[in-house]
Amino acid sequence: MKKSFGAQLSRRRTLGFVVGLPLLMVGGRGEASDDLTFDDLYGKISVLGLEFSEKVKKLAGKPVAMRGFMAPPLKAEAQFFVLTEVPMSICPFCSSDSDWPDNIVVVYLNRKQTFTQPNETIEVRGTLEVGSWTDPDTGFVSRLRIRDAAYQAV
Amino acid sequence: MRKLFAALVVSTALAGAAQATTVYPLDRATILAGSPFDFKVEFSSVVKPEDVKITVNGQDYKAALGKDVQFVAEEKVKDKVAGSAVILRNLTIANAGDYKVEVSAGSETKSVTWNVYNTGTTPKAKNIIFMLGDGLSVAHRTAARLMSKGMTEGKANGRLNMDDLDRMAFIGTSAADSITTDSANTMSAYMTGHKGAINSLGVYADRTADTLDDPRVETIGEALRRQTKKSIGIVATSEIEDATPAAVVSHTRRRDDKAEIVGMMFDLRPDVILGGGSAYFLPQATNGSKRKDDKDYIKMFQDAGYKLATDKNELAAATNADKILGLFHTGNMDVALDREFLKKGTVGKFPNQPGLVDMTKTAIDQLSKNPEGFFLMVEASNIDKMTHPLDNERAVVDTIEFDQAVGVAKDFVARNPDTLLVVTGDHTHGITIVGMIDDEAEGTEMREKVGVRGFPNYVDANKDGFPDSVDVTKRLAMFVSNYPDHYETFRPKLDGPFSPAVQNDKKEYVANEAYKDVPGAVFVQGNLPKDASSGAHTVDDVVLQATGPASENFKGYMEQSDVYKVLADAFALGVKQTN
Repeated sequence: MKKSFGAQLSRRRTLGFVVGLPLLMVGGRGEASDDLTFDDLYGKISVLGLEFSEKVKKLAGKPVAMRGFMAPPLKAEAQFFVLTEVPMSICPFCSSDSDWPDNIVVVYLNRKQTFTQPNETIEVRGTLEVGSWTDPDTGFVSRLRIRDAAYQAV
Repeated sequence: MRKLFAALVVSTALAGAAQATTVYPLDRATILAGSPFDFKVEFSSVVKPEDVKITVNGQDYKAALGKDVQFVAEEKVKDKVAGSAVILRNLTIANAGDYKVEVSAGSETKSVTWNVYNTGTTPKAKNIIFMLGDGLSVAHRTAARLMSKGMTEGKANGRLNMDDLDRMAFIGTSAADSITTDSANTMSAYMTGHKGAINSLGVYADRTADTLDDPRVETIGEALRRQTKKSIGIVATSEIEDATPAAVVSHTRRRDDKAEIVGMMFDLRPDVILGGGSAYFLPQATNGSKRKDDKDYIKMFQDAGYKLATDKNELAAATNADKILGLFHTGNMDVALDREFLKKGTVGKFPNQPGLVDMTKTAIDQLSKNPEGFFLMVEASNIDKMTHPLDNERAVVDTIEFDQAVGVAKDFVARNPDTLLVVTGDHTHGITIVGMIDDEAEGTEMREKVGVRGFPNYVDANKDGFPDSVDVTKRLAMFVSNYPDHYETFRPKLDGPFSPAVQNDKKEYVANEAYKDVPGAVFVQGNLPKDASSGAHTVDDVVLQATGPASENFKGYMEQSDVYKVLADAFALGVKQTN
């Protein structure tokens, strides 16, 4: 498991450097897409609501790269998954499935990809979309999305 | 042997068919005289309305129950017809006594007996402070005492506030449908006198899918509004619409109906509401909202005369208001260890949250202005929320905080002896103390340092009751009896609350590898089903302690539903108080 991680990583690095395909690059600082972290998402967090950061507002509609963990899909056939800051560890007795953290990002993939292991950090690249939107199939409400996305383990 | 077994199966099956008719309230229900409740019969087949026969103590039911039942020809469960039903909502029985309810239709029969009890005509207490440590088990108390006070030569160097309450009882916490229990139904039993099914609040869980149509029973909040002019306060460190605080006012089959629970809280208008969970008060358009409608409960409460407080300073300034709504977090509030010491969890986002002691003080100051008296429910929610993920240090530090809040209540009781103080838990956890972990004990593996004899070396130099550090070399060896796969680190989690297991794509929980490389950590294979994310509640009895008028009624073994009877009697809730 660990070994294949390393191999994947170095292969992608090589491709990134040599071929320069933005989608396959890791890190991406100063490259085609901007890095976004979970700490970057909200500028103001208060009991009365959260406000998107200037960075998020600026990056709306632009390519971004973001690292996090893939929450298990709501439905096997769902077109999206939820990217979380830490691996999901929902407690069935003390909270409900609807109790997602405040700072989730919903990821719509540009093509089918297999789901990752829960302990695996992934990097998602795609176009940042900002604002409330309800998934027509599941009714899942999201406020931040990365669309036309691809991801890789890091 | 085989034959006997087969015969047993047949007779059990027959008995099952004959017993399949269900009557709510259930057999042996205890009902406060004059309190409104819903009556429902679920037949296991489709029956004709003219065949339905209901008697109460041998007489036609209409005399005893006062109204006609509504007949439902077909109730569906998962799109299949489950049978007919009759429902009678909002009925009351005024006179105390046993009521034998016999129901028949076609081949179905069912008989249940309810006990309707009344209370004394004169209140024994003016105020009740009901304090609940969620999941509070004996080991939490022992650990809190050892960590906060220390021990020398086998004798505790000090006592918890809880240690000096006058009376006690063992409390059975089981649900109507299981020996195991959940914070919703067990608090609901305390707050209604009726045992419900797991996850239910203020209802008997019926078979229909709608979570808000189940047969209701009266909550203490409603009984207080119906019979008294007392003030009501609800304080919790969780989301205020979470199961325990919700049980004071709510009716739902499903504790997760949090948006609806906020509405039920608004309808009852408790005078003081302090806790987390603002996300369910915000209209859906607001970032951070968890509502799926446009209702702005912050504004609705403000328009209804509530002073809003969103942090510690605003709470301190809110005491001149008539009613207080204090919401200090969008979700569950942070635990004392993170809030006051480590600054982890979500303290960076919500840096100025009040603690349970401040909230309890404010609530008592505010509520005690009412000359008619008050009922205050205080919950230390996070004892449970930290024991679930096996984060024993956080759970114990919150137990110390809970005990300090009990100290605030005891001070009030000392000045106002007409106050009944009840301190209890709602269920237990499998937490236990296995001696010490001594980092300096010989051995290369951490397990060799577990269970060492001696006394811990926690220090409380500033005498605030909290250990200056939980990460000492001789610390309590605390373990939880049931768990998912995880890495045991043998150390307090200084970087934030423990998250022992994470979910994979098969919805199974696997060990969280974030802890794999902690020095000394070992993999522990879970002993719970793989869909369990954390330790589960245990079935062991809870210890209830009490002081003040009517506390003498707490003794021996009691069901949590029996506790309501003591509360109702202390306030004479069987009698309208008009003064």
